[in-house]
Amino acid sequence: MTARKWAFEDFIEGATLDLGSKHVTAEEIVEFASEFDAQPMHLSEEGGRQSILGGLSASGWHTCAMFMRLLCDAILLDSTSQGAPGIEQVKWKKPVLAGDTLTGRSTVLGKRLSKSRPGLGFVSMRAELFNQRGKSVFELENVGMFLSREAVPS
Amino acid sequence: MNLDDYFAIGVTTDLGSHKFEPEEIKVFARKYDPQPFHTDEIAARDSVFGGLCASGWHTTAVWMKRNLATGMDGRWTGPGPKPEFGPSPGFKNLKWLKPVYAGETIRFTRACLGHRPLASRPGWRVLAIRAEAFDSTGDKVIEFENAVLVKTG
Repeated sequence: MTARKWAFEDFIEGATLDLGSKHVTAEEIVEFASEFDAQPMHLSEEGGRQSILGGLSASGWHTCAMFMRLLCDAILLDSTSQGAPGIEQVKWKKPVLAGDTLTGRSTVLGKRLSKSRPGLGFVSMRAELFNQRGKSVFELENVGMFLSREAVPS
Repeated sequence: MNLDDYFAIGVTTDLGSHKFEPEEIKVFARKYDPQPFHTDEIAARDSVFGGLCASGWHTTAVWMKRNLATGMDGRWTGPGPKPEFGPSPGFKNLKWLKPVYAGETIRFTRACLGHRPLASRPGWRVLAIRAEAFDSTGDKVIEFENAVLVKTG
């Protein structure tokens, strides 16, 4: 048994989970981009304005990373997570601009127990990030692996 | 020269390698993915992965870094202006096939698969890209299908 809040059993098909919020600063956009995605629209306000994004905007990979942090803090760090085999798809739907506040939400699409590994389950989810104007800016679909409550060694 | 030549459609390009040092794995994970198997050697040993390994998002971010470092910035000798890269609408079928353990050197590749006009933005096309990465034993560690908008008109 586990004292952790989120085990396989706790994900209910159709349920929507609140992932909390994240304010996005110009400084962190530039910091991430300088290391991983050094394109002009991610490095300065001026560079962003000259692109079709319209202003300094986060690298899509940075948005993925910010989403991951929200998911960790809301669910994964207090769960029986065994990692994820991958991501079905990510859509970068609208620019994430400096000063935006992102709010995350995840819906449980389905779940099933593994046939080969007793106590392990697969939970498929569709998550979305919305900006402060209520516009959906990011969408992600994936399958996470979680142990059942009974399968966790105490 | 046409767009197929410029994008080297069907050709796999080596994007070079990156060594994932334990410290940078932990620095990335503390910010974006603070699960114990990405932030702490001892906790990682007892985890499902058996050792400290990079966040899957760290591996994809380094693919992007290598991708930009090996740009498609060869000479454009076709008609009209040189194609100009814009943002990406997303990716699909990302698979984290094998953990990237601390100290591993990973080799990244890119192959442009094809391109089509973007209905919503005249003058722009969507370029489809296959991304892959391999560890020092030659095993594939990640793959995904990426896309990027390119202004061609």
